[in-house]
Amino acid sequence: MYARPTLVELSNIWKSFGAVRALRGVSFDVRPGETHALVGDNGAGKTTLMKILSGVYRPDRGEITVAGEKVSFSRPRDSRDLGIEMIYQDFALAENLDIRSNIFLGRERRRKTMGGLLRVLDNRYMDTETRRVLASLDVDIDPGLKVRRLSAGQRQAVAIGRALAFDAKLVIMDEPTANLAIGKVEKLLELTERLRDLGIAVILISHRMDEVFSVADRLTVLRQGQVVGRFRSGELSESRISNLIARGLPDPMVRRGDL
Amino acid sequence: MTHAALRTFLEGRDIGQEVGRSRRVKNLIGDYGLVAIFVVCFVVLSATTSGFLTVDNLINVIEQSSIIGFLAIGLTFVMLTGGIDLSVGAVVGLAGVVSASFAQSAGAGGLLPLALGLTVGLLVGLVNSGLIIRGGVLPFLATLAVLTIARGLALIYSDGGPTTGLSNPFQVLGAGMIGPVPVLVVMFVAVVLVAEFVLRRTAFGRHVYAVGGNVESARTVGVSVNRVLLGVYLICGLLAGLAGVVLAARVNGADPMAGNGYELEAISAVVIGGTSFFGGSGSVRGTVLGVMLLGVVMNGLNLLDVTSYYQQVVQGLVLVLAVLLNRWKSG
Repeated sequence: MYARPTLVELSNIWKSFGAVRALRGVSFDVRPGETHALVGDNGAGKTTLMKILSGVYRPDRGEITVAGEKVSFSRPRDSRDLGIEMIYQDFALAENLDIRSNIFLGRERRRKTMGGLLRVLDNRYMDTETRRVLASLDVDIDPGLKVRRLSAGQRQAVAIGRALAFDAKLVIMDEPTANLAIGKVEKLLELTERLRDLGIAVILISHRMDEVFSVADRLTVLRQGQVVGRFRSGELSESRISNLIARGLPDPMVRRGDL
Repeated sequence: MTHAALRTFLEGRDIGQEVGRSRRVKNLIGDYGLVAIFVVCFVVLSATTSGFLTVDNLINVIEQSSIIGFLAIGLTFVMLTGGIDLSVGAVVGLAGVVSASFAQSAGAGGLLPLALGLTVGLLVGLVNSGLIIRGGVLPFLATLAVLTIARGLALIYSDGGPTTGLSNPFQVLGAGMIGPVPVLVVMFVAVVLVAEFVLRRTAFGRHVYAVGGNVESARTVGVSVNRVLLGVYLICGLLAGLAGVVLAARVNGADPMAGNGYELEAISAVVIGGTSFFGGSGSVRGTVLGVMLLGVVMNGLNLLDVTSYYQQVVQGLVLVLAVLLNRWKSG
């Protein structure tokens, strides 16, 4: 037997908020380039788990390894520096700024000027990079447009572009279809495929079975802070998974980490 | 100058591309409306008065406007984040009496009082930002309280009376000349250029806009919101301190009540210049235009012998007009 290489591994993660035990010994892994769906009801612990992976929360117990190395994140920056990017449900964009400013917001590229005395924004670099990223997503928008003028789908592309501009290895998408019109969901799924083509792993947080089934390589089902199932896509029917989401019991196989 | 070039000059390169003709017309009028009003005022005053269009008078207008101008530029930073600083007028009084009190002996230099005045401004900015960031107090309320405190401190420090008889080197700060150009004008131009540079070319400036546009998003993507807020209130305090020092130097005396009500005039200028009251959009260029428009109008009314009662009404009308123009533009 040999272990397949994992990109990110969370093992036996526990997290409580006061008396609420949000996560109770959750283990979860992502392989390079795969699309891994994390499904479960509201309050199952999906978002908490991902906030731990993106450095927003620190786990009470448990370990995170990235590319085989044990890591600890004390702030979102730490996780992002290792190539883990989160795409928020509301996209976390500043509507009054243009696309390039948003792509680089908080991580502006700067260059020295006046003999190294001053550090100014390197607008040319950021403009070129923004164009490159949008082109790699097959999105045709002018990087100088203010985000206020963009549709929800275009905003999402900008949010994904932000991840790509910094060589993400793993992109976490939190309920990516929640803010999209029905017709745009297809475009999103296309974007997800595109990320896969670029060799970027995706974690898809969702409670909608249909979209999960069409793109995910693997599925992990969370219920009440525990993993109740993990499957390759297509191994189980939608109804079976819905059943797990609602009534599943902790899966001993998953706890042992065999799958 | 072509339209595009003029627009780039006025609005900056990051203006979004607009769609549709009505939008374009709106933007055209929105962008140039204020410039047009300014030009009309300028032309009318040049034609109707003999004293307006002279080098001396125009320099005088810039000199008079620069005190409010310092405050308005500081306020532009604060208001871009969606905040407000009501304490700037009181800081003018406090920084004025503190600096002037160290400039009374004939041998006193100008730099120490200047440094002390700026320090007073920075300290007030520190208190403002502390109340807002650590205390979670609304900017309006925090700076209202600080306004009262700073004014009280100015009265206590000066025993309620004016500080006069200031040294020559100190007076240079407000009344000196560099060749044919007043020191005050040089300072104002320098402050405008630096402020413009900081807002448009640095990461800090970008973050100021981001905080005003969507504070939660900014925080989420790793912008240090607290550092931005600290920065803008320090800048605002510093410039208010500077205004206090140069005002005292200009009139050769500091009054603890100096700058009373200046905060409202400066806020008007910022709003007239197109900076959103809710933050996220605006520019130093706009603010300078707002300050100059108010300055030119007031100067013109003086030259036309309009009494100060009417001047106040006109000032208010200019504000209303500008606000309506901005509202219509963004509508």
